[in-house]
Order: sequence, then structure tokens, then C-alpha cells
Amino acid sequence: MKDRVINTPLSDEVVESLHAGDRLLITGIIYTGRDAAHKRLVELIDKGEPLPIDLKGQIIYFVGPTPPKPGEVIGSAGPTTSGRMDAYSPKLTAMGLKGMIGKGSRNEAVKEALKRDKAVYLGATGGAGALLAQRIVSAKVVAYEDLGPEAIRELVVEEFPVVVINDMYGGDLYVEGRKKYERKGDS
Amino acid sequence: MRELDVARVTETVAKLAIDACNYLGDDVVAFFEKALTLEESETGRDILAQLLENAKLAKDTDRPLCQDTGLAVVFLEVGQDVHFVGGGLEEAVNEGVRKGYTEGYLRKSAVADPIGARKNTTDNTPAMLHTRIVPGDKVRVIVAPKGGGAENMSAIGMLKPAQGRQGAVDFIVETVSKAGPNPCPPIIVGVGLGGTFEKAAYMAKHSLLREVGSTNPEPRLTELEDEIEKRCNALGIGPAGLGGSISVIDVFVEELPCHIASMPVAVNIQCHSARHKEAVL
Repeated sequence: MKDRVINTPLSDEVVESLHAGDRLLITGIIYTGRDAAHKRLVELIDKGEPLPIDLKGQIIYFVGPTPPKPGEVIGSAGPTTSGRMDAYSPKLTAMGLKGMIGKGSRNEAVKEALKRDKAVYLGATGGAGALLAQRIVSAKVVAYEDLGPEAIRELVVEEFPVVVINDMYGGDLYVEGRKKYERKGDS
Repeated sequence: MRELDVARVTETVAKLAIDACNYLGDDVVAFFEKALTLEESETGRDILAQLLENAKLAKDTDRPLCQDTGLAVVFLEVGQDVHFVGGGLEEAVNEGVRKGYTEGYLRKSAVADPIGARKNTTDNTPAMLHTRIVPGDKVRVIVAPKGGGAENMSAIGMLKPAQGRQGAVDFIVETVSKAGPNPCPPIIVGVGLGGTFEKAAYMAKHSLLREVGSTNPEPRLTELEDEIEKRCNALGIGPAGLGGSISVIDVFVEELPCHIASMPVAVNIQCHSARHKEAVL
């Protein structure tokens, strides 16, 4: 299967062209954020206050990297389990967020939000933190520095490998992939 | 009585924590290589190739395999003829965690006040320490960093004795099924059967220290492990949960007698970043 290179920010047209199972290489700016940062962003949205980053067309990568060694851009940086962000994600896609990178299943509310707001959920390989860090060209903290590994960072990535898990049409690679290889009589 | 300075425990814990996080065991690497030839899904094979490349990269560049360098689970098997000097043993272990996680640029993932403020303890302490007193005058130190993603998918069932072997196997397979892609498959399934509530959980965790591919010395349990593995692989979860024929690296079972009224079954799930290193002092 040939991997397709896509650039950020994502337009509606690009999101419309993505389907569960597509393998992509992302190039451009993405933002990091996990539990604590999501909680703060949603608190601001609920209060109607401005966000520290403009989410329109952007991708958030659910990651809390290890500290970089001197001379390194970033430490190991693989995805964390996305389900913990389920409670927050629909409010972010409503603000224009177009993509999320993580690992593990999303709930129905998130899958509905992907359809409603034309967005995608992408999977990076969990546990491949050293490998994925190689695709990150630069990193800088842009908000919530006090959160340490959970701060929001702006990353510049080059051909960062992901797979489309949930597309905007209801496709779900975790469900479809598993069904394909399930041996019912044996499980 | 042999005297042992606790400073050596500190040094050892620090080194083992770093080594465990950066160097994947040869047994797991060998499994990935074998799995690459057996996995039916092309995407699954691609993931396994990424994991092999990741392990090589981590080793060559002294970087953690995974950004989740875990809570520091430490097992100490202390010879009963050892007399520790130079300070408290538990504090020495915590000092080792502090040193290893700081000097090794590992992520500090421990938070205090778990249901409230969840404030980072900043040095990844406290260690999750398990000690056993054994014959002899040596100390075996095992450091097994445990990530949150797989730990969160673990479960314990206080089943009814009437549920028997079938009920236990169903509970274990169901736990793996529900976990799906979340715990970073292929996974190791650690199982503790019997004992009490906490002993079952401890056995499930302790079983994860076994070498991948090793056989349980008890034939009854070998057969049980094989059956669980076959059923879990038939779930179709596959590498990274993207679908495939290989969902499980291995299944390890430990057991103890239990109460006439109980049948505890604990399942501790280990991601493919199956990290543990040990040393004998």
C-alpha cells in the first residue's frame, strides 16, 4: 500500500478524501495535548473565552513526550490512549479542529462529532516513541508550560506515519480490521 | 550475616530503570522477528517492522522505547542473611527511581492525590515496591517500568467457584477483547489464579517477568496458557489493534490455593514494550 503525503493545516476537501485504513505521512505543524491541556481548553470554551491556539484546520497529537536530552529536539514521543480525551474532543472539533492523532478506540460521541464537523481520527503506532520522535523536526511549548510533559507544544513534523482509524463517514478501522481477522469458532 | 550498603541498591535501581526503558529484551525482539513471518495482515506486518526498528533505534540512540516510561515497579528478593547498612531500604529504592528517571531523561508519570489534584510528584516516586524474603545472602533486584495504557485495561474478577475453568478462561479472554487496541497489542497476558484479592493481582503482575516463549513447568497450566493464547489470537485484534492474526505475545499464569468460597482471577495486561531488567547484588 502506498502512503499518501498530506500537509497541515487540513482543509475540508482533504478530510473528505480520507477513509479508514488509509496510510498517511503528515508534514507540517501539529499540536500536542493530552488530559490536562484538554481540560483547560474545554474550560475556556465553556466560558466563551479565547483559546491559546487557533484550532481551525489543525491536528492535535495526544502525546506526553519524555524530556529531551541535551541536543535533542524532543524525547520519545508516541501516542497515548485517546479514550481519555473522548469527553473533550467534540467541543474541539466544533471549534474547527480537523484531526486527532492517538491510539485506541473512541466513543460514539466522538465518531458523531467527526461526521458533524468533518474531522478524522488518526492512529500512530503505540509504543514506537523512539521511531516517531525521529519524524519531529522541531518542538516548542506554546501554552501551559506548567503542565510539563502535558504542556501544549507546536511540533513541526516531516512524513509522520499514521493510519486513518475513524473517517467522517463512520468508517472504523479498529472494528473493520478486527472483523476481517476474527476467527469466531476459536475465540 | 552479610552487610550490604543500601547505596548499592540505589545505584542498581537507577541503572536498571534506564536500561529497562531503553533496551527491549532479546526475547521480545525475537518474538517480533518471528511474528513478522507469521502475521497475516500486511498492515500488521508493517506495525511489527516499525516495532523492530523502534527497538533498534532506542538501543542505538539510548532513548526510551516509549514515552510512557511508566511507574517504577520494583521487586526485591532479599536473602535472609543480608543486613542492610547505610540507611533505610525503601528510601534507597525510591532514591534509585529518582536518580534513574532524572538522569536517564525518563518521563515522570506519578501523580499524588489520584482522585483530586493529581499533582506530579516530579521524580516518579514512590516506587511500587514488592519485597520477598528468601534463603541466602544475595539480593535480587528487578525493575519493571509499567505504562498506564496497558495497566488501565487490566482487571480482577472475584468469580464464583461454580464458574470453574471455563468461567476463568472466558473472563480472561473477555478482558483482552474489551481492551482491544488500547493497551498497544501484541500484548502479554499475565494471569493470577487463586490466592486472595491482592495475591491474585500480585501474581498476575509477577508473571510478566517470565521470559517470552518459556513454558510453564506445570503441564496443567501450560495447556491453560496455550488455550488462552489461541482464543485471544482468534479475536483478530492484531498489531496496534488494526486487525490481524497476532494479538498476543505470550500468556503467563501463576496460581495459589484459595479460599473454599472464592475463585479470584486477575488479568494484568502488558503492552509490547515489555520492560524489565534485573541484577543480583
